[in-house]
Amino acid sequence: MQAEEKFTYETWPASPERATLEAKNKFLGFWLFLGGETVLFASLFATYLALKDKVPDSTHALAKDIFDLPLTLVATMLLLTSSLTSVYAMYHMKNFAFKKMMVWLGVTVLLGFGFLGSEIYEFNHYVHEYHHTFTSSAFSSAFYTLVGFHGAHVTFGLAWIISLMIRNSKRGLNLYNAPKFYVASLYWHFIDVVWVFIFTVVYLMGMVG
Amino acid sequence: MSTYAQKKGFGGTIWDYLTTVDHKKIAILYLMAGGLFFLVGGMEAVFIRIQLAVPNNDFVSAGTFNEIITMHGTTMIFLAAMPLLFAFMNAVMPLQIGARDVAFPFLNALGFWLFFFGGVFLNLSWFLGGAPDAGWTSYASLAVHSKGHGVDFYVLGLQISGLGTLIGGINFLATVITMRAPGMTYMRMPLFTWTTFVASAMILFAFPPLTVGLTLMMFDRLFGANFFEVAMGGNTIIWEHLFWVFGHPEVYILILPAFGIFSEIFSTFSRKRLFGYSSMVFATVLIGFLGFMVWAHHMFTTGLGPVANAIFAVATMAIGIPTGIKIFNWLFTMWGGSVKFTTPMYYAFGFIPSFVCGGVTGVMVATAAADYQYHDTYFVVAHFHYVIVGGVVLALLAGTHYWWPKMFGTMLNETLGKITFWLFFIGFHLTFFIQHFLGVWGMPRRVFTYLPGQGFDTSNMVSSIGAGFMSAGVIVLLLNVVITQVKNVKVGNDPWEDGRTLEWAISSPPPYYNFKQLPLVRGLDAYWIEKMEGKKAMTPAEPVGDIHMPNSSFIPFMITLGLFIAAFGALYHADDKSWALPVLIIGLLVTFGSMLVRSVKDDHGYHIHKEELMDEEKGAEA
Repeated sequence: MQAEEKFTYETWPASPERATLEAKNKFLGFWLFLGGETVLFASLFATYLALKDKVPDSTHALAKDIFDLPLTLVATMLLLTSSLTSVYAMYHMKNFAFKKMMVWLGVTVLLGFGFLGSEIYEFNHYVHEYHHTFTSSAFSSAFYTLVGFHGAHVTFGLAWIISLMIRNSKRGLNLYNAPKFYVASLYWHFIDVVWVFIFTVVYLMGMVG
Repeated sequence: MSTYAQKKGFGGTIWDYLTTVDHKKIAILYLMAGGLFFLVGGMEAVFIRIQLAVPNNDFVSAGTFNEIITMHGTTMIFLAAMPLLFAFMNAVMPLQIGARDVAFPFLNALGFWLFFFGGVFLNLSWFLGGAPDAGWTSYASLAVHSKGHGVDFYVLGLQISGLGTLIGGINFLATVITMRAPGMTYMRMPLFTWTTFVASAMILFAFPPLTVGLTLMMFDRLFGANFFEVAMGGNTIIWEHLFWVFGHPEVYILILPAFGIFSEIFSTFSRKRLFGYSSMVFATVLIGFLGFMVWAHHMFTTGLGPVANAIFAVATMAIGIPTGIKIFNWLFTMWGGSVKFTTPMYYAFGFIPSFVCGGVTGVMVATAAADYQYHDTYFVVAHFHYVIVGGVVLALLAGTHYWWPKMFGTMLNETLGKITFWLFFIGFHLTFFIQHFLGVWGMPRRVFTYLPGQGFDTSNMVSSIGAGFMSAGVIVLLLNVVITQVKNVKVGNDPWEDGRTLEWAISSPPPYYNFKQLPLVRGLDAYWIEKMEGKKAMTPAEPVGDIHMPNSSFIPFMITLGLFIAAFGALYHADDKSWALPVLIIGLLVTFGSMLVRSVKDDHGYHIHKEELMDEEKGAEA
């Protein structure tokens, strides 16, 4: 199958993300990359756990003082839902329903921005309310680095999905761009999984002390 | 698009290499850049030995000495050994599995440029206020408070080149998994391909902790974070863990491909199938696995406690078992073989006793209680030079002689090759054997001088003379390269006449599309099987057809250039220079902009048509 070929609903292959050799490589290579990313976040989690609540003196706020469950819950729901909507988008991609895919990707992006907005609000809140800044203690550096790395991944993922949507808005699906959409959605899922761990390890475990 | 036979001007050749995505050309780039850094690191080693040749020497100052030892270690590991191995992986592995190219030709080029610019950035520190001086391990307790920008160069330079290595690792993994020729099952892959595969998997899981460690150090030094500031709640041991979680697997990332090179050489020049092939594969995978569970043996004296020390000591000693399997398999490969003493085979012979010495001292330093005595002495210096030089560097030199004809189409002179071997081999043992004793006698590692009359004088002089022999060996090798390329006598497909694997089944150097028809692999040592049946070439697995090729691209260079610029911005940001932040932002914009261009511009590659391939064949016959 050629990447440039034109397709219809009937001729569209069952797994367009792996239909060409190039796509197969991309699919596999990206999974491998996510393996490396897992170790990257594991290292950041380990650093965070080692430095949790490590502050110079008792005037600094600790994890149990600053975290706010309702806000984090909103952020979590936004990101988890966006993962679901990206699954819908990929479902329509596999069914050669380009317009529907774009709609669901659009919803995914909006939810992603919602998450990012809540995170920015949250960081801002910590800085002004608790003087919990990037440089104030080892704990704060570790917190902003772990959660900030995740936030940077969200930002990159949003820029990626948006640029794919704009680039392909007029030409529909083919075997050249289908793997690109698929890989971007894989990345989005990965970000979501990392957040599940951040929610548990940073926020839930932080609130119980 | 048949540019293969076309003659190009000098500028055209440069542009060709700046934009190439061909794994064979990228291999040459890796070989040249890695070779250059090997010479730089070697010169630093010579300076160290000159300084230590006599007591109370003032050849260099104490501060400069710290910079030299730091840069020697960093350069040799990250900028010489890794890229030189990558050169052979790129040149040979795709050919050995019967592939037309790697899985990601574009990323392959990107990986090279990232490594190269990272290395250049790191070495620019010499001219921009001083090199890093906290040792190649850059322990945080020293590094965070190191004056000047040396450690910043270390952090940013290694970050850039480390990204390149990670990308290279993913590329090789995917290549081995998806690009093997028909019939090339996993258990028919040559050992060098296997070791490349396992080393790449280790790169994938070992480099991210280094990325994180370097990021934390960068945040601390340049952006005011407190990971390693004890007064602010920080902890310097985190760096040690992150560094060695990367650093120990890194040692196996280096040695496994070296084992692979020697496995090919032993089998080729014993003219015998590798003894115990499946146990070799098993041992390779096992070493790769165990390599991740031993990092804390570098930290026995840190104070992790007796339980942790005991566990890591036992895990470390366990690695001796698969390594021993390998040593015996190599010996049994030669046993009963019809051994031919070529230059690569000399190195292979020299490797076994040298590496076993390093292995034995490895078990000694793995004994946690005894390590309290060896730690930070010349004993440790001797140990790791016996495994890295006696293992990896001998393999690199062997590989250079062995695969030179395949990469360049000319044969290095055998006599000069053997002279190189003897000079280097004698020099190596002269330099490092005595250092075991120096260590046990009490000479600490990383001291810039010592007093006379402590029993160190003669031994240090002997060690320094050895360094002279090694340098002479490298100079003879360089002469050999120049003479060979000037004479330019072209060789055929299988210049050693005993080639067993697929790379010897095609011309030297191979055509840019590698295999006109993908070969049908019928067993281990695919080419040897065909030769033994009296055939001249591989049986094709497909009719002659159009070949899909990737387009060249300048974008990998641009992506890297952006990071290179951004690194300067980040570095001078700490000095409150007003231009630093804009430079950082511009650099990142260049990088991400280039990535965006790559994403939105369709790149379908091109096809070499069947007729062109037929024409070339006729041209070759005429």
